[in-house]
Amino acid sequence: MSVPTHPPSVPLAIDDLTVAYNEKPVLWDIDLDIPEGKLVGIVGPNGAGKSTLIKACLDLVPRASGRVMIYGEEYKKNRRMVGYVPQRESVDWDFPVSALDVVAMGTYGKIGWCKPVGKKYKQQAMEALDRVGLADYAGRQISQLSGGQQQRVFLARALAQDAQLYFMDEPFAAVDAATERAIVTLLHELKDQGKTCLVVHHDLATVNEYFDWLILLNLRVVKAGPTHEVFTAENLKATYGGTLSALAEAGEALKQTKGAITS
Amino acid sequence: MIWMWMDTWIVLVGITCAIACALPGCFLVLRKMSMMGDAISHAVLPGLALAFMITGSRASLPMFIGAAIVGLLTAVFTQWVSQFGNVDRGAAMGIVFTILFALGLILIVKSAEKVDLDASCVLLGNIEWTPQDLVNVGPLELPRALVVLFIVMILNLGLILLFFKEFRISAFDPELATTSGFNAGLMHYLLMMMVAVTTVASFEAVGSIIVIAMLVVPPCCAWMLTDRLGVMLFLSAVFGALSAALGHLAAIVVPPWFGFHESASTSGMMATVAGVLFIFVWVFEPRRGLIRQWLPRKKIHSPDES
Amino acid sequence: MMLGFMWSDLWEVLLLQKYNTRLVVVCTILLGISAGLAGSFLLLRKRSLMSDTLSHACLPGIGLMFIMVTLAGGNGKSLSLLLLGATITGLLGVIMVTAIRNTSRIKDDAAMGIVLSVFFGLGIVMLSLAQTMGGAAAGLESFIYGKTASMVSQDLHYLLWITGATLILCIALQKEFSLICFDENFARSLAWPVHFLDMVMMGLVVAVTVVGLQAVGLILIIAFMIIPAASARFWTEKYRYMWMLAGMIGGVSGWFGASVSALLPRMPAGAVIVLVSGVAFLFSMFFGTARGVLKIKSRQSRMRKKIGRQHLLRAVYEVLEREENGTNSPIALDLLTNKRSWSPKEFTKLVSQAKREDHLEPVSGNRLQLSESGFAEAARYTRNHRLWELYLIRFADVATRHVDRDADHVEHVLGPELVRQLEIELDQTAHGIDLPDSPHASIGEYSI
Repeated sequence: MSVPTHPPSVPLAIDDLTVAYNEKPVLWDIDLDIPEGKLVGIVGPNGAGKSTLIKACLDLVPRASGRVMIYGEEYKKNRRMVGYVPQRESVDWDFPVSALDVVAMGTYGKIGWCKPVGKKYKQQAMEALDRVGLADYAGRQISQLSGGQQQRVFLARALAQDAQLYFMDEPFAAVDAATERAIVTLLHELKDQGKTCLVVHHDLATVNEYFDWLILLNLRVVKAGPTHEVFTAENLKATYGGTLSALAEAGEALKQTKGAITS
Repeated sequence: MIWMWMDTWIVLVGITCAIACALPGCFLVLRKMSMMGDAISHAVLPGLALAFMITGSRASLPMFIGAAIVGLLTAVFTQWVSQFGNVDRGAAMGIVFTILFALGLILIVKSAEKVDLDASCVLLGNIEWTPQDLVNVGPLELPRALVVLFIVMILNLGLILLFFKEFRISAFDPELATTSGFNAGLMHYLLMMMVAVTTVASFEAVGSIIVIAMLVVPPCCAWMLTDRLGVMLFLSAVFGALSAALGHLAAIVVPPWFGFHESASTSGMMATVAGVLFIFVWVFEPRRGLIRQWLPRKKIHSPDES
Repeated sequence: MMLGFMWSDLWEVLLLQKYNTRLVVVCTILLGISAGLAGSFLLLRKRSLMSDTLSHACLPGIGLMFIMVTLAGGNGKSLSLLLLGATITGLLGVIMVTAIRNTSRIKDDAAMGIVLSVFFGLGIVMLSLAQTMGGAAAGLESFIYGKTASMVSQDLHYLLWITGATLILCIALQKEFSLICFDENFARSLAWPVHFLDMVMMGLVVAVTVVGLQAVGLILIIAFMIIPAASARFWTEKYRYMWMLAGMIGGVSGWFGASVSALLPRMPAGAVIVLVSGVAFLFSMFFGTARGVLKIKSRQSRMRKKIGRQHLLRAVYEVLEREENGTNSPIALDLLTNKRSWSPKEFTKLVSQAKREDHLEPVSGNRLQLSESGFAEAARYTRNHRLWELYLIRFADVATRHVDRDADHVEHVLGPELVRQLEIELDQTAHGIDLPDSPHASIGEYSI
């Protein structure tokens, strides 16, 4: 009797994932194979389970069925290869840490128990901060940073983790234009290094511009694949339904698409 | 006012106790678990009572083991009740500690024949008596409470230094801690055990109830004054020591102002002074204090004022 | 533990036949009821530990009032004055918690911890000073330990008033209270005076705490405010029943606890009552019909079995559709396991479960065959699954709210009309399924 296996070169392989909160199914029968080196957008209406998908991959919520394989192994075994940028509200911004401290936390996994954060890792943290353009803010306490800057600190932390596969939960939510540009630049740098990023995104208008791979999610995967194949009016209708605003957004987005297949 | 050598010992005991409490207290406060300190300090009662019933004496080591276990159990039971019972965390704490406390009270009454243990002594402490209970340490004769608290203080300091980044990350972002490979749950239970042991060490000095003041108030004073964790830990120790020293002083000096001829309870005064310090910081803190918050409004009304 | 009393004695006390225990039992019942009621609002507002802070904050007021009144030459132990003192500092404490939380980076829990410990410390100072004023101060400690066993008619007096007031307020304002407990912002948007209602609620809590404090002591009043309400939560999902149940559980715990402790005079009464409530809580937590642990575990286990069953039968049906043109024949196990992600252990478990449920026919070799009823069920699950898929596609914008795919009867969730439409559409596609007659199918289940 054989169980479907996935080669260790596949960053993320999900089989039959079902997640339920209080017995109400939130994600059903998710089957996904994400190729390496892609910038993957996860879009869908509110309540579609996008954040839950990420959390289920990271063992942060329990699964009712199915399995998640990261580079051919269970998440626990390949933890070091995964970086996570959570939603901004999940931390207490009054905590007495500086931006550099937060970024350095990304290296703790490599430092190990009890040993202090040495110069080498502080340096790595500084470099990560620099890449997001916040080198001057290293010593600031985090509550003194703007929303966009806080988001970039989280991103720098993920960079410091030096992972191969990144999960990001709404990094573009409520950030200023400068931060948005910084994030996009960063994503492309990661892609050039051969890393894979899964990003929960809410703005249909920018999907085509930012992501080369797309997952349309509404409790189940409506469609997943290269953006130009998946981002069609029909698929969007199946994901978002007949709400005027969603369709209008999609329509606008499609108009700007070059070579999209519309039906 | 007469200051006797006894008073110096009392102050030293108080300072050591305050510092020993302030250190783990910082993490309790940052993790929004201040009330856990309250819960544990009530809940250690059955642990103490059991230790007395079993060993029949006030020997320190079984007491600490009993306390560490009970501290752990309080955290574990609270976690169970809140997770499996789906009960709000605060309510879970209240349920667990009141039941454990009641159990402790009953055990103490039952064991009263065997051992001279008074519930109010456990709860309120008897710091004034500590200089009488001396113990030999090398060439010196020191109050036993001082020795015990000193050891606990060093222990707490050592653990925090050793696990500094682990405590920091599991307090700041438990999800990241877990995804980085540090078991945030482990750090949580370690902290709870530290609180329990510190509580027991302190009960002779200030009573387990006032320990809450030492666990929470100095760290809060420190938190309002700094944005750096290391500085916060240091400042909380300073505020704790100040509360202890000034507290004892006030207990002697203040009552005569109101016509009383005897001193007030030192441990109660230590908590009160800690509170006074807190109010001071709360109102006058240069960046975020109350005065600062009211001032700009004034400036708008009368721009001619400097 | 030898209880040391006769059961007949207990019976008499419970039935309030013994004169000297009657007062204590009645008072405790009343307190249990009002604390259960007041506590349920704290619980729903997730502010249960406020009772802890409040009761500690009452202490300095008692000491201070005693000292001031005695110095002024009056009767420092006048209950009404002491209660007044307690109320003043109690309210002050609550206000300070809110003030600290709103004006600094100190969070709710730390603010409560600060007020609790500092006020208590002040209270201890007051007590220690009061004790120097001679024997008159003896008994002030009853505020900490309670004097449950020695309550007097004045206590009954206060308790009757408090319980009455609590009951009236809770009945009169039940929908208002429940609204602000559940969704404060919504209530505000409807122009309910949220602030005022909040103050009324907190006022109630303060009153019950203060009266209870001097009667049964610190720990018991906290326990009474939290435990009965939390116990009630496990038995109902409806707020209206919850607070009634909380009052009842509080009253019964008080009744039983006080009776037992009355017969164990050497045991601290408050502690015994708390333990009795604790037993009630544990019982509720495990056996509560709405949210008890056993209930939830069995629901979860049933759901997992259901999901597993559906997956298995659906997988078999789809294989049959593909390979055997939709007839019920044996299929090779490999065809199934390649499709899905079951581990060998999981698969074996699912198969044995299906065997137990009479969904499988015994068949030789590495193969599987559905029984008649199994085949009907498999067809039904597959059809339901496709109906839901269709629904999700057609109505994606509202689907997430209505979806309940594990409902056996799609009609019950979506309504028969909608299901009929979807079925018509489904039958027109290649995915339509002819449902076989099943001996187990209930009448009227399939509406076409």
